Amino acid sequence: MDFVSLFGDSIQQAIGPTAIVYALAAIGLNIQFGYTGLLNFGQAAFMAVGGYTMAAFVSTWGLSFWLGIVAGLGLTAVLALLLGIPTLRLRADYLAIVTIAAAEIVRQVVGSVSLKDWFGGQDGLQEFSDTFRSYNPFSDRIEVGTLVAWSANDAWVMLVGWTLVLLCCLMTWLLVRSPWGRVLKSIREDEDAVRSLGKNVYSYKMQSLMLGGMFGALAGFCVALRSAAINPSMFATDVTFFAYTVLLIGGAARVLGPVVGSIIFWFLITFLDLFFSQATNPSSGPLIPPSIMTETQASLMRFIFLGLALMLLMIFRPQGIFGDRKELAIDAR
Amino acid sequence: MPAETNLPTNVEAATPEGLERSRAARAALKQVETEPGAKKPDPIVIADNITRTFGGLTAVDVEHVEIQRGVITALIGPNGAGKTTFFNLLTGFDRPDTGSWSFNGTSLNKVPAYKVARMGMVRTFQLTKVLAKLTVLENMRVGATRQRGESFFSAMFAPLWRAEEEANTEKANHLLERFLLIKKREDFAGELSGGQRKLLEMARALMADPELVMLDEPMAGVNPALKQSLLGHVKSLRDEGRTVLFVEHDMDMVRDISDWVIVMAQGKVIAEGPPDSVMGDQRVIDAYLGAHHDTALTFEEEERILAEAEKELEEEAESND
Amino acid sequence: MHVRLLRVSVLVPLLLGVFFALLVSTSGGAQASPAGTSVAPAAVEEPECVKPKERDDDTIHVQGCLRDKRGGGDKPVPGVTITVEDDQGKVVGTGETDETGLFDIPLPGSTIDVLGKTFTIKIDTKTLPEGTALQDPKQVSLKQKINLETDVFVTFPIDDKPEVESDLERALDLAVGGIVFSLCLAMAALGLSMIFGTTGLTNFAHGELITFGAIVAFWVDQWPGDITIGGLNITFVVAMVIGFVASGAFGWLNDKALWAPLRRRGTGLIAMMIVSIGLSIFLRNVYQYAAGANNRNYSQYGNAAPINWGWFTFTSRDVFVVVISVAVLGATVLALSRTRMGKATRAVADNPALSASSGIDVERVINVVWIGGAALAGLSGILLGLTQGFNYQLGFKVLLLVFAAVTLGGLGTIWGSIIGAFVIGIFIEVSTLFIPAELKYVGALVILILVLLVRPQGILGRRERIG
Repeated sequence: MDFVSLFGDSIQQAIGPTAIVYALAAIGLNIQFGYTGLLNFGQAAFMAVGGYTMAAFVSTWGLSFWLGIVAGLGLTAVLALLLGIPTLRLRADYLAIVTIAAAEIVRQVVGSVSLKDWFGGQDGLQEFSDTFRSYNPFSDRIEVGTLVAWSANDAWVMLVGWTLVLLCCLMTWLLVRSPWGRVLKSIREDEDAVRSLGKNVYSYKMQSLMLGGMFGALAGFCVALRSAAINPSMFATDVTFFAYTVLLIGGAARVLGPVVGSIIFWFLITFLDLFFSQATNPSSGPLIPPSIMTETQASLMRFIFLGLALMLLMIFRPQGIFGDRKELAIDAR
Repeated sequence: MPAETNLPTNVEAATPEGLERSRAARAALKQVETEPGAKKPDPIVIADNITRTFGGLTAVDVEHVEIQRGVITALIGPNGAGKTTFFNLLTGFDRPDTGSWSFNGTSLNKVPAYKVARMGMVRTFQLTKVLAKLTVLENMRVGATRQRGESFFSAMFAPLWRAEEEANTEKANHLLERFLLIKKREDFAGELSGGQRKLLEMARALMADPELVMLDEPMAGVNPALKQSLLGHVKSLRDEGRTVLFVEHDMDMVRDISDWVIVMAQGKVIAEGPPDSVMGDQRVIDAYLGAHHDTALTFEEEERILAEAEKELEEEAESND
Repeated sequence: MHVRLLRVSVLVPLLLGVFFALLVSTSGGAQASPAGTSVAPAAVEEPECVKPKERDDDTIHVQGCLRDKRGGGDKPVPGVTITVEDDQGKVVGTGETDETGLFDIPLPGSTIDVLGKTFTIKIDTKTLPEGTALQDPKQVSLKQKINLETDVFVTFPIDDKPEVESDLERALDLAVGGIVFSLCLAMAALGLSMIFGTTGLTNFAHGELITFGAIVAFWVDQWPGDITIGGLNITFVVAMVIGFVASGAFGWLNDKALWAPLRRRGTGLIAMMIVSIGLSIFLRNVYQYAAGANNRNYSQYGNAAPINWGWFTFTSRDVFVVVISVAVLGATVLALSRTRMGKATRAVADNPALSASSGIDVERVINVVWIGGAALAGLSGILLGLTQGFNYQLGFKVLLLVFAAVTLGGLGTIWGSIIGAFVIGIFIEVSTLFIPAELKYVGALVILILVLLVRPQGILGRRERIG
């Protein structure tokens, strides 16, 4: 077992582009779920609408990249409105079901043969990243020590991505310490009480859903730009669930929770993946005999652990790994 | 008048103008007939033909009712009489099937709950709704209405709302002092005792400077020692010139502090008047005694109602002696 | 009393299952032959289509085989004209299929010239033999981008010329499929709704309860040898019953090992919902670990011949699924409305605190509900697997539709979940008359959102306070 490369690759993933995507998605969920108590199970839909709008603007309709970014953000806000109108007056679980349904609708629509001319069906879209890459200041691989290295494109995505993450965290911090954020937290605690104090709860929930959705759109841009391609499989239902796991690891209703969570999550996931794949690799004399675990089965181990971790986390440390139980934001409701 | 008893009132809160106004309002009540739906000299709330049904059951069917400004009005009735439902309807937390009602002459039909609160009609809840994971002080600050920092765009720029926040904090400190919660200022509201939660909810309602305070069973689940203090606080609301409407089923509480009593049974207003006259009203006694024929009551409730009724009758007999 | 409920719900399908296995297998014996006879001669005589060998020259060819797969056969289709056009629509090559069905059209220029370009390969449907057509009549051309320096191999599946059906006939056929699907959905939805009603839990791992049944039944089905009674092959029926019972036991385990302790700790509903997501991810991957990712089919009822009955066409498999599910749904609804346990269940769903104070053992009721709900879900999975095959994702894929059915009917109502399942199930099939089949699930989910907009409490739900 090659532990040096195991750690190196895990660290590379933990601060690489994927971690950025999930940090951004989880920052959005943090606003919605952590601070407002809204159960958005369709963050993948917001990511997809953002990413696909940008990609289709450039690659299908030949419009400007920047226009695509603006339209992507705008359309996610519209999606939030559409989903919020029927559900935000109802019990929390209605929003959960409608958003998860919306994520499936969006994914199937962009992947459909009927709209292949616009969104490229299951193959998705490519050739929309030129503008973004033309600003890339890096021309060579970026190596840090001997352990980790990124391509110039990845390095550029990371520079922009982590800057975005920091800006989003700053915005979250500014917002949640303001009276606006206080209203959100109050809604999470008891929306009837907030209503009785003269606040338009519906409007605040809508603002929260839209803001969180737009953070999701940023995650969608990153997902598409880092691989210079976009396709429906990038926005499966599990993406949202992973983002929830990220949020819960770092601790909901903590400004930096999603960032910490994403780094830990991707470190562990990569570590587990590489560990089991090395342990079952037939060429290097497998640690685990194939009768117990084949290579295909090894690739499932990380998800098995992930599922277990999500359950155990929610049961035993719902405040996150570093959280203080007294400040636990989510409780018996 | 029973309201002039020797209960502790928070004199600090009372203002001379407020006291004067509430005295005048109480004096005016003396002219009012003791009939259901009686006209008041200076009504703050008027409701007409309010009905609300759940499935086949008519929970509220109020023909006409007026609430006098500047006094403490109690809304009483046996369990299942529709008091809390009526309360929810008045405050916009539920929609009636028919009817119209107004606050200070403004119709409240289809006005959402939060707008009702902004108009100056703030309510509390039977099961207290404190914001458990917020500190007591934050709870208070949420209570202030029309804050600039509560709009999304100015929220990010602290200088825009800092002064306002400081003013609200000062106001909150005053109220916490008055409601004996100042020492708990930085504690999470979830850690307060039942009685303290009631106090916090009342104090929080005052952050909005309401003209009408609506208390849903303010004494429910509070230990007897604290009850006296709570009563004092309720009276202090009136003495600073506010109108109070509260729901209660404990007759003793009602007798001690209310200036006017409205009795509901099976969704209807069956009697109105000053506490003493209402307590002796045959319809009220029948309603309390007869309640268990119509609604399924647990054994404990039945016991309690019987005990209450017996007590009423005894007192009645004593006062006749 | 809960024993009686269980006994009823196990016995009825068991008896009916045995009875219908009798019915179906008599017709099943006759139907195997036609398919068999048509395959045999074709496989012997017809020349095979051989992919040409790699060449050394620097050109790229577009190649393909046209084979007639009618009736399960595999015959070459000679003499069909194929053209290749470039991205401007200019014809750059034509070819005709030879006696093995092969066509081989070189693209003009060298590899470098064509690499990265997109070509359109068109089939001239007029040159197809009588009675045949493309499996997908709209697929007369294929777009192909040349990405690799190798020849491109394409295919146009050819099948029977579709009989022209009237819209009404198609609608009826689709409705039959819709009813079969709805019934499977209804069992899963009823299970979810019962659990939601009594515990308040929105169980995202319900899909995995569905898959569990299908997997256990498949495992039993694969035991070597057939299980027969008096010459009658009842392997699948036995597998189904074992899957059903095992699902119930799995539900019991779910509750005892996870949910009951969480309820005792006072874990919040939202927290439990997220725990159920974790459980779903965990179980789904354990299933894949244990059973692989392949699509599976049961050993029986694989290709049941259609039966024409008036305007309706259905298979013995459809009848089997309908009878079993109607019986089980009927038994469950009866048990809920008549037995003491059923009444207790509804009481708990209505008001747990009041039920507890009036002497109902709430925890036991919930445990029985878990057993029943999971058994229903498992049976639903078995029957879904029977009608359309399954893999480890079966439950996860239908979970959203189950949620949609339950929400549409009104969260926690018994009749509502069944009605919701029918609305969703029939809509999904019949809607393909108007919208592309690939978007049929989308249509159903859009309906869900629209219904919530108009009637948030669902079709049968009670009006809640909406503020």
